[in-house]
Amino acid sequence: MSGLRILVGCKRVIDYAVKVRVRPDKLGVVTEGVKHSMNPFDEIAVEEAVRLKEKKLASEIIVASCGPQQNQETLRTALAMGADKAIHVLVEDKDYSNLQPIHVSKLLAKIAAEEKVDIVLLGKQAIDDDCNQTGQMLAAILDWPQGTFASKVVKKDGSLDVTREVDGGLETINIKLPAVITTDLRLNEPRYATLPNIMKAKKKPLTTKKPSDYGVEIKSSHQVLSVEDPPTREAGQKVESVDLLVAKLKEAGFMKS
Amino acid sequence: MTKTIFFAPVSILTSFGSLADTMFSRINRPHWAPRPHSLSQTVALLRRLQSTLVIAEHNNEVLTPVTLNAITAAQKTGDVTCLVAGSQCGKVAEELSKVNGVKKVLVADNEVYKGFLPEALTSLVLALQKQFNFKYVIAPASATGKGLIPRIAAKLDVSPISEIIGIKDKDTFVRTIYAGNAIQTLKSSDAVKCITVRGTAFEAAQTTGGSGVTEKVSGEAVKNDQSSFISQELTKSDRPALASARIVISGGRGMKNGENFGMLYELADKMKAAVGASRAAVDAGFVPNDMQIGQTGKIVAPDLYIAVGISGAIQHLAGMKDSKVIVAINKDPEAPIFQVADYGLVQDLFKAIPEMSSMVKV
Repeated sequence: MSGLRILVGCKRVIDYAVKVRVRPDKLGVVTEGVKHSMNPFDEIAVEEAVRLKEKKLASEIIVASCGPQQNQETLRTALAMGADKAIHVLVEDKDYSNLQPIHVSKLLAKIAAEEKVDIVLLGKQAIDDDCNQTGQMLAAILDWPQGTFASKVVKKDGSLDVTREVDGGLETINIKLPAVITTDLRLNEPRYATLPNIMKAKKKPLTTKKPSDYGVEIKSSHQVLSVEDPPTREAGQKVESVDLLVAKLKEAGFMKS
Repeated sequence: MTKTIFFAPVSILTSFGSLADTMFSRINRPHWAPRPHSLSQTVALLRRLQSTLVIAEHNNEVLTPVTLNAITAAQKTGDVTCLVAGSQCGKVAEELSKVNGVKKVLVADNEVYKGFLPEALTSLVLALQKQFNFKYVIAPASATGKGLIPRIAAKLDVSPISEIIGIKDKDTFVRTIYAGNAIQTLKSSDAVKCITVRGTAFEAAQTTGGSGVTEKVSGEAVKNDQSSFISQELTKSDRPALASARIVISGGRGMKNGENFGMLYELADKMKAAVGASRAAVDAGFVPNDMQIGQTGKIVAPDLYIAVGISGAIQHLAGMKDSKVIVAINKDPEAPIFQVADYGLVQDLFKAIPEMSSMVKV
């Protein structure tokens, strides 16, 4: 069997440990000078692709990212984890605030077709916009089946068995190749890039493209009217003992007295 | 016997109920919410003009409760038609036709909808969209809804709106970003608005009082040779479902192992509560992942949330900070969870939980 060709989408986001601050103009959050890293779910997607390659099920891993110049750091990280080549779709700053899952999925669809990939692996959601849309939209545009929120992927002949994290537990579906998979947290534990691999990644091919190369126009049908801080909770109180806590809960009717 | 409480004005202590009321109003009427007057006017206007499809979630036997919350949200956009797609799902259609606010129930009964696979459901919704020309397609923000709505939106070439927590007017919606640390208000100019609804942000629609017309739709044309359902492994529990429980007790890394969750189950059963967990507890294998509460797990907003041995990372707070009353039990007085807790007990959970359990009368 010739190996599968896998495309992995990677988003550069504000690091998950950073406490975000709303901008004074209330149209977004402060991103300048803030630590960014690869979206955690995308790291899981890269890891899964690399594991498929290590099992000799995949032949080539292409990573792609849409966004400003700095996204190349994200792509280098993916290359250092074991991806073979990278495509950076450079989105100018003026367009980047309008870039939405619908645009990214259109761009990835073009790349997937051009690179003749069999599987697209994406994170289930980006931790900045929390949309959870791109994988599903990409599957729709390509007219491929989707295996969302995957916690286990098993290759079959011409198809994949995907175990999905659903509300009441787990479910397993079979999807025919080519297919789109989105990763959930428990799919794997992503590896750290080692220094030698980081050095090697610098020599791996990275192509820069523009959205117009793929005929995709970044025009958003959504207009952000405001971004605001969530309502803050007033400080509570410390109770000294279980007795007192239970008394409070009884008073409020949460327990029988 | 005198017990002291720190930092609490006496007026609040004398009535926990009034505290809960104050918090209730704060949470349910945030600063971005439209005034009731203008909303009712808008709704009245919209009802005459707009039509909304709600994709009902069910297991072929009963409706999933989050559908009722989605219906409430949908009523703010227009006349509500519900779609029940499944196999032998007549009972669900009947249940839905009685839900207050539901004007019409479309029933697509066919084996092709087994497992509610998005490949089959999308084709069905597209066919219905052609026929009825809905202005809104809405589903609960559950695993099924999140999987389905963006697929439909892409086929319609529109930009979906995920997990809304508010509807300002016919094209303006409110949602959270960055794990609930910012609230975004956006205006959509798409001709069809494809939306998922965060259940905890909207009241459940009444299950009586409705008189929806039921109409069978042909699902014959829908074929799906791309995907198939194999099996399901649902966590069995007699406790209430997390998303709709009035009380939720959650354990974190501090529980140390899965067996120790037994303590929480015992307390939960006495208090008729659901049991949740932090990501740390799930990743450590203490409990199954469908119990995870947080940005990447379930979002809950019960009347009472008791966090046990949970530090309160941003990602966990995203899933529970709209709870009306939050209690934290943690031996680390510096744990961030105490910053959102209405009542904090700094104590070893292994002492506190059994003691608490022994004090609860069944």
